[in-house]
Amino acid sequence: MTEKTGSLRHDYLRHDKKFPHVWCPGCGNGIVLGSLIRAIARLGLEKDELVLAAGIGCSGRMPVYVDFNTLHATHGRALTFATGIKLAKPALTVIIVMGDGDATAIGGNHFIHAARRNIDLTAIIINNQIYGMTGGQHSPTTPYGSFASTAVWGNIEHPFPIAELAVTAGASYVARGTVYHAAMLDDLLAAGIAKKGFSVIEVMSNCHTQYGRRNQMNDAVTMLRHFKEQAVSVDRAARMTEEEMAGRFTIGVLADVDKPNYTEEYQKIRERARQR
Amino acid sequence: MSEKTGQRLLLQGNEAMVEGALAAGCRFFAGYPITPASEIAELMSLRLPAVGGTFIQMEDEIAGMGAVIGASLAGVKSLTATSGPGFSLMQENLGFACAAEVPCVVVNVMRTGPSTGLSTSPAQGDVMQARWGTHGDHPVIVLAVSTVNDCFTVIVQAFNLAEKYRVPVIVLSDEIVAHTREAVVLPDPAAITVIDRMRPAVPPEWYIPYEDNSRGVPAMAEMGSGYRHHVTGLIHDVRGFPTERPEEVDAFIRRLFHKITNGFTEIQLTNPVMMEDAKIAVIAYGAVSRSALRAVRQARSQGIRAGLLQLITLYPFPRKAVEAVLAQCRRVLVPEMNMGQVIREVKRVNRTTEIVRHNRVDGQLITPAEIYAHLLAM
Amino acid sequence: MMKEERYELRFGGAGGQGIILAAVIFAEAAGIHEGFYVCQTQSYGPEARGGRSRAEIVISSAEIDYPKVLGMDLFLAMNQTALDAYSADFKSTGILLADAALVSQVPTSRALLLPFTTIARQQLGDALAANMAALGAVGVVCGRVGLASLEKAVASRVPAKFRELNIRALHAGAEAARQQDLAALPPFIDSDEEKEV
Repeated sequence: MTEKTGSLRHDYLRHDKKFPHVWCPGCGNGIVLGSLIRAIARLGLEKDELVLAAGIGCSGRMPVYVDFNTLHATHGRALTFATGIKLAKPALTVIIVMGDGDATAIGGNHFIHAARRNIDLTAIIINNQIYGMTGGQHSPTTPYGSFASTAVWGNIEHPFPIAELAVTAGASYVARGTVYHAAMLDDLLAAGIAKKGFSVIEVMSNCHTQYGRRNQMNDAVTMLRHFKEQAVSVDRAARMTEEEMAGRFTIGVLADVDKPNYTEEYQKIRERARQR
Repeated sequence: MSEKTGQRLLLQGNEAMVEGALAAGCRFFAGYPITPASEIAELMSLRLPAVGGTFIQMEDEIAGMGAVIGASLAGVKSLTATSGPGFSLMQENLGFACAAEVPCVVVNVMRTGPSTGLSTSPAQGDVMQARWGTHGDHPVIVLAVSTVNDCFTVIVQAFNLAEKYRVPVIVLSDEIVAHTREAVVLPDPAAITVIDRMRPAVPPEWYIPYEDNSRGVPAMAEMGSGYRHHVTGLIHDVRGFPTERPEEVDAFIRRLFHKITNGFTEIQLTNPVMMEDAKIAVIAYGAVSRSALRAVRQARSQGIRAGLLQLITLYPFPRKAVEAVLAQCRRVLVPEMNMGQVIREVKRVNRTTEIVRHNRVDGQLITPAEIYAHLLAM
Repeated sequence: MMKEERYELRFGGAGGQGIILAAVIFAEAAGIHEGFYVCQTQSYGPEARGGRSRAEIVISSAEIDYPKVLGMDLFLAMNQTALDAYSADFKSTGILLADAALVSQVPTSRALLLPFTTIARQQLGDALAANMAALGAVGVVCGRVGLASLEKAVASRVPAKFRELNIRALHAGAEAARQQDLAALPPFIDSDEEKEV
């Protein structure tokens, strides 16, 4: 796999963009980026036909490195820009990468409505449970009782389960993975991108710099090990009790349904309007 | 559109906006319902799919503005329409359109504010917000409409300027113009000048997305056209990549302004009426300029040498045209349905001519009699 | 430019009485079918039904600057509340046309009270057609917009299934107005010379 990623790097990353990237050593964002280009290569998508859009935060810096049509939008609004792009040019494959704060705090309204509308987009939400770039403030997914720079006495808010939220809001495809389970992540991303309708892939990722440091997980390896221990496959979770699942989360495909998506439905409206 | 051309039609301002936008090549609308702008969205939802375009009602105005920018990046001329509260929500993404130089048109049908204000009454309180609503130094073009006919012609100009200068253009309407119905004859589409953004003439590997040129407006490649590049609201270098180098930041901000300054003569639209021998003048815009026109005619019939300068472009402020009026006239009246916004700009032009204010903020249109009374006193 | 001859109308009533629709149809008849310059404006509250509703139409031989009423040539009042609220601004030659069924007190002796709602209910079987009956009378009283033009405007602005009813209402209202002798109305007490500009 390493060797293959080497040539993919050459094929899919920008040659004229200076590296190193902005992410901390050990950051999970790089693993997500690797998975993303492997998934795209597997699907055989043309770079010209791909859009990678992002909002603000550490995840927001991902598009600049890939050699697609890329967009670094405003905080929380990437899905709205992507909606305009997709509707204006339905042939484009539009992928959006967001963070937990980006997608579910400031962009929470756009997130649930994109899912409800079931527009043909793929949203990758990198959930590191913290605002990393701005300095470790608590986010809508920071666990109850953990610490952040704006939760110095311990977080008294309860976290959003992002994938379950997406299922309820109506997304066609919903999955959760982690940066520890990288091979599985390739599969989830490829399936999500290929799916017609709104796809959400929540990726549990490590921010040892801002989250781990304040919560007794000072380095990337400790956090990855933590994900390995917490993650339970959807199948196994179905056989476990609520007590057994406490402090754990499911990984795998949570929803995969076929239903009318906005992009195709609107094309039908165009045809009806033309005939009138 | 074609079946309506050449016929005499009774149209509302909001309806004429839609006809004008479609004639200018607009094929995308995203917005959120709000009085008194909703008719624009309603009519767009009916008309756009039939011409292969797209209408979408978003979850709020923030999203509406975002989708408009996205569609424009994908190469489609895009519009949104709103009123004060929604215009406030759009400011964030309007700034993105300024920074990333994304052509688009925003109609703000002004109603009385602040806040929810009087949702069904007209005002002109959003002039300064249209110019400076989003944060940071930025260029923007602001046009004002006063008649149903204007709604058609000015929105065509708005799209043309947006495309030519790669800048958001804000069209300020108001509740009166929006809901007034007048009999109009829509021009033949062949007679309308429609300008499209300049697209790159070089092969993709030579394309430098934000490279300066003589006009200061870089060629714009749409997503999916083979010219893969990066678009960001961060300050960027000529390749579109984020930069913090002072000389690149400086060059970027200055080019944003220069491209508008370069075009002053064609951007700054005004309509002087009976100004040739005027000794006193009214400077007005929007629905108020109609009241001013009547008052000026009445004054003329009484032998008073009064004139009117109607401002169509509010920003970049048409300083040259105003300067000439101030040099020619002893006194100038600026009637506005706000506490005094354009009058500040007029006063900045010259400090020697006496500038008289007339402000009305009760949700009612300034009447000709109010303006005429000033003209008698001047 | 032709010499300006403005004729200004105001329609007032309750939201839901079809005041604005009547004004739009009148404006279309005047502006599209009679070839006048026309401006039709309206003011309304946030409520769709029951609140006060006002519409104005200015028709002119020349391009219209100020789009609203300066002095009313004709005021159509479809209820007492609207009559009380909007009856200022009469010209000395102005005429009040009101629904006799819904108005009891009039502020001017230059008034024609015709029972539009009663006509609509009894002759046409639908009180909702009162606005069209009133519009037929407006056409006769104003003398500038013919019934044929109003009919054409109704046809383009009203859904097909209500067209016939509305056109019958136009005729019934026009007929009621023709029974009246406009010349017999007393002159206005106030004179133009005494008025400030």
